[in-house]
Order: sequence, then C-alpha cells, then structure tokens
Amino acid sequence: MCVCPGPRRIGIPVGSSSLPLFSDAMPAPTQLFFPLIRNCELSRIYGTACYCHHKHLCCSSPYIPQSRLRYTPHPAYATFCRPKENWWQYTQGRRYASTPQKFYLTPPQVNSILKANEYSFKVPEFDGKNVSSILGFDSNQLPANAPIEDRRSAATCLQTRGMLLGVFDGHAGCACSQAVSERLFYYIAVSLLPHETLLEIENAVESGRALLPILQWHKHPNDYFSKEASKLYFNSLRTYWQELIDLNTGESTDIDVKEALINAFKRLDNDISLEAQVGDPNSFLNYLVLRVAFSGATACVAHVDGVDLHVANTGDSRAMLGVQEEDGSWSAVTLSNDHNAQNERELERLKLEHPKSEAKSVVKQDRLLGLLMPFRAFGDVKFKWSIDLQKRVIESGPDQLNDNEYTKFIPPNYHTPPYLTAEPEVTYHRLRPQDKFLVLATDGLWETMHRQDVVRIVGEYLTGMHHQQPIAVGGYKVTLGQMHGLLTERRTKMSSVFEDQNAATHLIRHAVGNNEFGTVDHERLSKMLSLPEELARMYRDDITIIVVQFNSHVVGAYQNQE
Amino acid sequence: VMFCRLLSVVGRQRTSPGWQNWSSARSSTSAAEARSVALPTQAQVVICGGGIMGTSVAYHLSKMGWKDIVLLEQGRLAAGSTRFCAGILSTARHLTIEQKMADYSNKLYLQLEQETGIQTGYTRTGSVFLAQTQDRLISLKRINSRLNVIGIPSEIISPKKVAELHHLLNVHDLVGAMHVPEDAVVSSADVALALASAASQNGVQIYDRTSVLHVMVKKGQVTGVETDKGQIECQYFVNCAGQWAYELGLSNEEPVSIPLHACEHFYLLTRPLETPLQSSTPTIVDADGRIYIRNWQGGILSGGFEKNPKPIFTEGKNQLEIQNLQEDWDHFEPLLSSLLRRMPELESLEIMKLVNCPETFTPDMRCIMGESPAVQGYFVLAGMNSAGLSFGGGAGKYLAEWMVHGYPSENVWELDLKRFGALQSSRTFLRHRVMEVMPLMYDLKVPRWDFQTGRQLRTSPLYDRLDAQGARWMEKHGFERPKYFVPPDKDLLALEQSKTFYKPDWFDIVESEVKCCKEAVCVIDMSSFTKFEITLNLIGPRAVDVLSELSYAPMTPDHFPSLFCKEMSVGYANGIRVMSMTHTGEPGFMLYIPIEYALHVYNEVMSVGQKYGIRNAGYYALRSLRIEKFFAFWGQDINNLTTPLECGRESRVKLEKGMDFIGRNALLQQKQNGVYKRFTMFILDDHDTDLDLWPWWGEPIYRNGQFVGKTTSSAYSYSLERHVCLGFVHNFSEDTGEEQVVTADFINRGEYEIDIAGYRFQAKAKLYPVASLFTHKRRKDDMELSDLHGK
Repeated sequence: MCVCPGPRRIGIPVGSSSLPLFSDAMPAPTQLFFPLIRNCELSRIYGTACYCHHKHLCCSSPYIPQSRLRYTPHPAYATFCRPKENWWQYTQGRRYASTPQKFYLTPPQVNSILKANEYSFKVPEFDGKNVSSILGFDSNQLPANAPIEDRRSAATCLQTRGMLLGVFDGHAGCACSQAVSERLFYYIAVSLLPHETLLEIENAVESGRALLPILQWHKHPNDYFSKEASKLYFNSLRTYWQELIDLNTGESTDIDVKEALINAFKRLDNDISLEAQVGDPNSFLNYLVLRVAFSGATACVAHVDGVDLHVANTGDSRAMLGVQEEDGSWSAVTLSNDHNAQNERELERLKLEHPKSEAKSVVKQDRLLGLLMPFRAFGDVKFKWSIDLQKRVIESGPDQLNDNEYTKFIPPNYHTPPYLTAEPEVTYHRLRPQDKFLVLATDGLWETMHRQDVVRIVGEYLTGMHHQQPIAVGGYKVTLGQMHGLLTERRTKMSSVFEDQNAATHLIRHAVGNNEFGTVDHERLSKMLSLPEELARMYRDDITIIVVQFNSHVVGAYQNQE
Repeated sequence: VMFCRLLSVVGRQRTSPGWQNWSSARSSTSAAEARSVALPTQAQVVICGGGIMGTSVAYHLSKMGWKDIVLLEQGRLAAGSTRFCAGILSTARHLTIEQKMADYSNKLYLQLEQETGIQTGYTRTGSVFLAQTQDRLISLKRINSRLNVIGIPSEIISPKKVAELHHLLNVHDLVGAMHVPEDAVVSSADVALALASAASQNGVQIYDRTSVLHVMVKKGQVTGVETDKGQIECQYFVNCAGQWAYELGLSNEEPVSIPLHACEHFYLLTRPLETPLQSSTPTIVDADGRIYIRNWQGGILSGGFEKNPKPIFTEGKNQLEIQNLQEDWDHFEPLLSSLLRRMPELESLEIMKLVNCPETFTPDMRCIMGESPAVQGYFVLAGMNSAGLSFGGGAGKYLAEWMVHGYPSENVWELDLKRFGALQSSRTFLRHRVMEVMPLMYDLKVPRWDFQTGRQLRTSPLYDRLDAQGARWMEKHGFERPKYFVPPDKDLLALEQSKTFYKPDWFDIVESEVKCCKEAVCVIDMSSFTKFEITLNLIGPRAVDVLSELSYAPMTPDHFPSLFCKEMSVGYANGIRVMSMTHTGEPGFMLYIPIEYALHVYNEVMSVGQKYGIRNAGYYALRSLRIEKFFAFWGQDINNLTTPLECGRESRVKLEKGMDFIGRNALLQQKQNGVYKRFTMFILDDHDTDLDLWPWWGEPIYRNGQFVGKTTSSAYSYSLERHVCLGFVHNFSEDTGEEQVVTADFINRGEYEIDIAGYRFQAKAKLYPVASLFTHKRRKDDMELSDLHGK
C-alpha cells in the first residue's frame, strides 16, 4: 500500500458531477479506464500534492481505492523508500502527455499474470489417508504496489499440533509486513510450546546441539526470508522463550491458544520496537530494523488444530468461513472484526484510551489521527513512541532515515501515545462438518467483493472440482440420451472452473474481472492486468488470499467421538 | 442339514432372479442365520470365500475324491464380486493358459444346470470384439490365431458382418472384428450356487456368516484356521477371499503376500428396449471405446474400463467406503458417450441403474494361484482382473489338481503366486499399479510395453550415470534395466506413438550396440541379475584387452578359458570376481563387483575402454545376441517343467558320472524313451523386417501345415539379418491328438511356418545354433577404415 496522503474512498454515484472532473484529470487513459469505474465509487479529488515511494502519482488520480496511511502533504517531503525526485515535473511532464494505451492481454497472458504467485499445499496423505482436519490450502497474491506490500505465510507446527496461516498487509513500505511474515509464526509456535519442549530447545542451543524444528513452512518461491536479519531475529525469539521458561511456575497448565496468540502478537511488536530503539552495529541491519519499525503491517492469522479454529486479527484483513447449508447453498460467517473506523467498538476503545480532550482528534476523517486507516497494526512506531523517543532515534539513526521527511513527520494532535497497538482480537470457532473452507484475505479483496460473493464463488469452485452434487437416477425416468446431455453439460461447466487449479487464483480472477453481472469479463480482466505498474495502484490494492479447505470427514469424526 | 439350508437359499434366489431383488434375498438369509450350526473342529481342507473361486475349488476337490472339506463365507454365498459380476464368459484371452481356463469354464457351466438342477441362465450368445484401428485388428488376429490352435472357434470378420450380428451397432468407424461364437452369458451368482450345491452333495460342508480371522501356522505348515465362530484344525487352507485376499494373507503371523488391489467398476443397466433384445444377442467388446455391452433382460448391460480408475479399500476393509459405493455418473460419462457412439439408437432407452462393483486387479494383469512359498498347505486363488466368471471353472480345477496331485495338469507357471515377491506387497505400490492395470485391460497391448507405475524402486548404483548417458529403462521385478542407450543426437518417438507391432523406432540404435558387441566391446549393467553386488557384463572381442589393461593380468583364453571364474583386481578395486561368460555366446566377462567399487570399476572400464571403442549397451542388444545363439532364458523360454533333454542341454548333465541327483532316474528314463517336446530355433525366411509384422512370443508354429507348438521368444538377429524365434515343437498324433515322441529327425524333416497374427511365414528349424556366429577370428583383409572409428 502506498505511503501517500490519498483521499479516502467515499461513495459518489457514477454520473454525478464528479465525472467531468475525472475526465479532466486523466485525459489520456480515460478511454481505457472509464469502464472500470463501477460500484458507484469515485474518489473525491484532493487538490493537494503527495509523495509516494514509487515513481508514480497517486493522489491526483480520481480513483484511489484506500490508501492506508496519509500524512499532510508538503512538497518538501521526500519519499521514504525512494530517493527524492521532482515529482510534479515527473507526473505532469510525462504521464499525461502520453497517448492512450490500447492493448489487450491474451487469455494465456492473463493466466500467467494471475498464476505467477499461486501456491497450493495438500496435506500429505499417508497410504491414502489424511487424518488432518485440513485438506490443504491454496494461496495467491496479485500486486498493485511495486513491489507488493502484502505478505502471506503458512506453516505446520511441528512440536505442537496444528497449522498456522496468515495474511499481512503492509503500509509505508513492505519492511514491516515482511518481518512479521517471517517472525510471527515462530512467536506463536513458541507461545504454544510446553515448558519441557522450551527447556529442551534452550538446552540444545546452550550446548550447541541440533535444535528441534518448530515449523514446517509452506512457501511459494517468491516468499523469501531475510538472511541478514535471521540471527538478530533468532536472538530476540530466544530471549522470549527464555522469559517463558523463567515465568513458568512449574505447575503444568494447559496452554491457552487465545492467550498464546495475543502474547505472540504483542511480544513481536514489542521486539520490533525494541530492536529499532537499540539499533544494530551492522549498518544494513540498523537501517532494516528502523524501516521495519517505521513502516506498518496488519495481520490476520488462523490457527487450526483439529476442530479448534482460532483467528487472531490485527487491522482490517479478514477471515471468512464458508459454510454449506443443508440445501447446498453457501453462507459466509465472519470470524474477525475489522479494526477501522467502520467498527463502532474500535472507535469506542480509542476514545476510552485517550483523554476526552482528544475525542475529536483521535479519529478524524475515519483515520487514526486523520492519517492511518487501520486502528491496530504492527510497527508504525510513529503512532506508538513518544515524540522524544522518535526524535532521538531518528537523529541518531542513519542518514537515509534522517533525510526522510515521512519518518520525521510527527502526527498532528499527538499528545498521549501510544495510539496504536498490535494486540489482536482472537475469535474461536469450533469446526462443524458444514464448515467447508476459510478465506483469509487482505482488504484488497474485501473492498472489491462482498463476502457473500466470495464464499459462493469459492464454494462453487471447490465443490465443482471435488464433489459436484452427484447425480442419482433414483426412481425417475431418465433416458441414456438425457443423462448424456446432462453429464456433458456438467463436464463443460467443470472444465471452465478447471481453468484455475487454485481457489485463490479463481477468486482473484473474479475480484479483478467481475462485471456488473458478477461473471468474469475477459476484456475487463485484461485491461485491469495490463495497467502499467505505476497506475495499477489507483485501481486496485494488493490482493492476498489464502483459501483453507477443511476435511469434513475428519471434522465429522471428531464430532462423532463426543 | 447344511445342504437343505443351502438349497433353500438357492431356491429363493432362483425365484427372484435379477438385480432388483437382492435386498429381498438378503433379508431372507437373515432367517437362516438364526439356525447357525457349530463348526467342525477338524477338516482336511478349509476354503475361505464363497464366491465363484471358492465354490469352484470345493466343487473340483470333492469331484477328485477329497471329501473332508469346509467352505467358509463371511457373508452369504456368492454375495461379493460374484454377485455383481456382469456375467460375461469370454474365452478371448491373451495367455493360452487363460484361454484354456475360460474354455473349460464354458464347458463346465454349460452342463452345470443339467448336473445340479439349478438354473444358471447360461445362454450361448457369442461375442464380437470390435477394432476401430488396424493395430487393434492385429491384436485381435493374434488372439484369433491362438484361439484356433486350441480348438476354440473364432474368426476375423468384416464390419459388414458385424452389422449383421448386432443390428444396433454403428459400424462406420470399424476396420474389422473378431467373432467368438461359443462365448456365453450366465448368472455368475447362480453358477457359484450350483457349484456349491454340487460340492455340498459331494460332502463339502458350507458355512456362511463365518469370518476367517487368521490362519494358524506351525513350522511353516498350515495347522488350522481361527474364525469368529471357533477354530478348525486343517492341513490345507485355500484363500479365495477375492478383494480381501491381500488382507487375509497379511493377517497371519507369518504373512503370505498376495498382491492385489480393488478398483471401483461401473456398469449400466437399462430397461428393456421397445422390441426387447433377444437373449441370444452377442456380447460386444469395443476395447477402443473402452466398453463392453451385453443383452440383459431385453435391455442392455454396459460397463467398461476407464482411463482414470478409482482404487478402493487401500487400507483394507473400510465400512465407510463400502457404504459409499455409489453410482458416479460423472465418472461414467466417457463410457456412456462411447456407448451412445457405438449404439446411437439407445438414446431413448430408459436407465435402470448404474452399478458400482469393485473388481480386483493384480500388478501384472494375471490372476494369482498356487501355494505360498512361505507356508506349506496355504493355497491361493484370487486376483481375477475382472475375469472371475471366465476363469472360475478352469482355475478351480487347476488348483484342485495342484492340491491333490502336487501339480496341475496344465502349466500354470505364468499365474503362479511365486512370481511375486515381498516387493509387490506395498499398499502404495498396489494402489498405483492397479490404476495403471485397469485401463490396460482395454489398452492396445503391443510388444515390449513396460509398466510405468511402481518404477525406480530398485536401481543399480550406476543408475544415474547410465540415465545421463541416454539409457531407456525397462523393469523386471522392480529392478530397472537399461533397454538401450539413445545417442545424444537421436530422438525417439513419444511413448504412446512408439507403440507398434512392426519395426520399432529403436531398431538402428540396438543394431549399433549389437555391432559394437561383435566388433569391439560393450558394457551392460546386469545388476538386476544379482542380489548383493553389481554386475557388469563386458561383451566383445576387445573385452580381453580392456580387462588385461586394468588388471595387468593376461586374460587370453589360455589363461582364462571359457566358463572360468577367479577373483582378481580391476583398477584399484581388489577381490572382483570375474567369470568368462556373457550370457550371449559372445566372448567377454561378467564382473561381480561389491557395491562400493561400482562407480570406480565402471569409470575405469569406460576410460580404458575408450581406445577399444567401448560403449554402453542395453538389454535389447543382449537379447538379440542370446536368441540368435539359441540361448534359452529361464522364465521366458523354459521353466520348472522343462528338462535339459527337452531344451538341448543334455551335454551339461553328467548322467554317467555315477552321482545321484534329484530327477536323475526321470532323466535316464526320458533319455531312453525320448522327449515329447523339443526346444527349437526358427529362422524366418520370407519375412520383411521393414514391412511385415514382427514376431513377439506365443505365435503358433506349424509343421507341414499342422500346429505343433508355440514360440516363447523372438528377436531380430543383426548377424543373420533375419528374425529368429525360439519355441517348443510337439508331435500331436493326427488321429487322436495325443502327444508322441519328438525326435531330431521329426524336427529336421518338416516344413515350418510361424503364424504372426494370421499371416504365416516360412521358417527354417534348427536344433543347434548357427556355427558361423561363434567364429570370432577377424581376418586382416576384412579390416576397413571404419574399424578405426569410435563405435
């Protein structure tokens, strides 16, 4: 997500007075983009300038989905991730002088873009038997930012049971989402470990023996881990488990998953903050920990162990359960609450945490301090540290940091920090046989599609592939010819679904390519995907999706055991 | 008591024939359950399984005079696969032994109703095997030739004739067909009940609703069975448990490995046609369309063997799976399309039911019979690859003979349980392999096809090295063997395209390997022939030079005569056993190398061999070399029923040495009386290698126009530039058909023909290999420049 002071999205019907504005602002690409404006959503035009860490203009474009973070623009501010650049000249001189682009991607090209980041994991069967409540998962992401700021993680816990899956939406760069995607699951896994295992691991570290593996990662080749910070991250993690060992009173208590998740989130955020305050002798690492701390990320993590499903959410990504009703229809059950201005309880919470005098300034224009859309996040120390601390760290920090106007900028009305927390809200759900899948996705998906549509599309995709309602002749009179016609039709329908081998890809195809009738329009899809890198962000956000499929047989067996 | 009870079941079944009434039959037997009788504590034979196999074994054993027999069935008689069987009796099988079993079954079932008074629904319909392609027609012609020589009538017919036999058939896309007029349809459940009833009358005791838990074994010998109703002491146990035979075999303390696995199998039943189909309407097998179609109660019954089978019961008996055996129309769709393409008029026919009945398949598509090598008295008859009804009668007879006489009246070597080892026992292997085997039922079977599943299980340490040099692999008992080496610049056809009955695409490649064996030196990795070490076969006139250079020891025939063996060093590696034989009749050596030295010795041989033109060769080159020299291979050409006198190896047996050995007297007697079959080599005369069909094995041999035997293997001899077939010649009396003594004179004074798919090729018979092939001396004036090229 861009670090640009973008206008928030508001609903203005198409055909309102803003249309001429729209065409004025973007004379050239209008032809191309005009059909893309739908759902009656146009953005109010801010006449102000903004900076963004990419080489493109975000703010004067008419349609900006949702910029996570904005700060009062001032032409003197430099970008955070990029060297400064005369932005006005760049955009005005080149962008709008270009001729309209008109090229279409062929279906194979569209597919190769959509499938570039897709990943599938099937829980391995032993001898044709899968005892896990998870059949597997599909994940994918489609960048809008360059580079993408979303991250995803999936891993199997090796020393405890269960699987962890999460999506992370970064803002102000990708440093924080990257760090969280690498580190959070270790914090969770360690929080879940019994005392004896922690001791065993600690003793192994102490005596230089081989460590017990904690997580089995399931990664797409593009999901990288930072090698340079690995040691630093390990030391922080070790300190954490040492403290857990010390805290243990000796009495063996059952580990509460909810508590473990909350502790892990808070601890990691604390470590991110501490590492940035302490710094590192290695200048690369020093800059890295600062970038991590000054950027931010939301997280939505699911922990599945048998029929026990916990979702820990910080920010505005969402976890949605796909439930198949007895009549075969699909309904969506939301398992997380968005932490943003649309959530009354969050507004309430923020007001309670700060003095009455700040009641009006703590959330302004639906943003935290008028700047940040999510009300909970990792990193973002600008919303957590005292002004003194921020100044001290920036001054003693490397030049890159010092020159960066964004980091130096102190939010307005900043009186009683912290304003932001990484503490997640944890929901528990006991899986039932009718709970077929879970969709974890960043707001890039949810802002383009209704949750009911998401669940229906995934549900129909999965059943089409695995168990399209079987046909039974029963007592009816059916001729061979009729049956043949019916089967051929079913097969054709199936093969169109088979274009995607990945439920997440299928969902992205719909999210990006759906027309007003709710079906994928290839032309639209092609246009959306052929947007030049620097314009893509105006029309969509990064989208990251994980679709976890549950094993109804195993879930049902759990139920029967009781 | 038993018999009455049995007949009451039979009676009920008879009054309510047909698939609709199963449920009523089931409920009727629950009444019988109440009257359960205590099991005997002792019996000579316990048979597990009341399907067609178990009842057939019981029937034949009791006919042969064994009376003390108990047959146990876990559910009801004939309630497993037998009940669901499509009821088609077909004699057109790939193996002669299978054809004979089916032929016997056909004759047995025909008279069963008369014998037992139980209606079996036997109707002689005949069957028609359609060919959509020329290759399929060749395959049918090969089967046709073999059926005819054992006296089963069949003929190749034109599409026009096909249309006359079955008026619903669309014949426009056919190139021909095979008609087998004496094939039949029969109710297999009723056959099993009739066999059971006859056996029961002969004294066999039958108990249903009795499960065998495991077989008790002491000192490698069956001592009894443990059932859910008590123990029975017994000498013999027969496992006819069908798809549960594998599990039952494993339930012993000393497991008996019976490699088979079930797949779901679907067939369709319809209501009668407007003008109901006559019960004599022939059964249609459209293998290219993957379907069979028979008449059934005025309508049709049609099923098939799809490309994407669904294996089932991998973990053993799974109640969930058994309950979930549902109709799967989407899965059946390709077969339904195929059916409607073949019989378009059926469009308006009303569906009655799609039946899902698991069928059992084995790793090599052949059924399993015989005694366990691990447990004496433990016999097996299972794994019918959905031909249980066709094989039932014959297979039961052979197994009964095996138990009573110690061996069956026909050679069943190809079906013997002993062909498998522990390695085929893995559930994963079986699951994967049967997914390949089931479609193979209707796939075109061309010479030299290899299974693609269950591969790369056992490999030589040189596997990767050879693979990188272009090796193409075949598999023998799980062991990967190189067939030939594709040179880097050469491209072979894709697997599917290279299927042919004619000259294969690797012809030139193997030719250059053979040439190199004859003129220079080749190395063949023969590790699949040994167990603990790797074996390199160094073949060719320059093998001597390579080995002497590597060992600094003279290797000439004076120092190292033929069939001589000693330990020596090769390169740095010491203690390599070297034997002067090559399995091909060519000069050279076998090197038996401890595994840790494998790579070293191979590398040394290859690098030293370079200047002698060494190259890798594969098993096909070896085969061509050994067959042209008339070398018999055990398992392929000869087996445990072949004597040295019959295969021309009497010179290897020292009868006069005064030493006794097992079978000496029999050999002496045979020497005096003469042999009844003789291993003979045939050189095809008027066969065009480029244009004519290639021989494979199993082709009928004709002497002066009379059938005298079948080939066992064949290869193209690059030296003779002719095809060579090996096979056994018999002397059947023209009047009685009885076997008579085969003399050398009989062999030599005959005009021979080999029948390849109905085309007869003239052949010269030889009892001794062509002498010129053994002279290796090269003359100076034969040398040419090309001898200086690397091979």
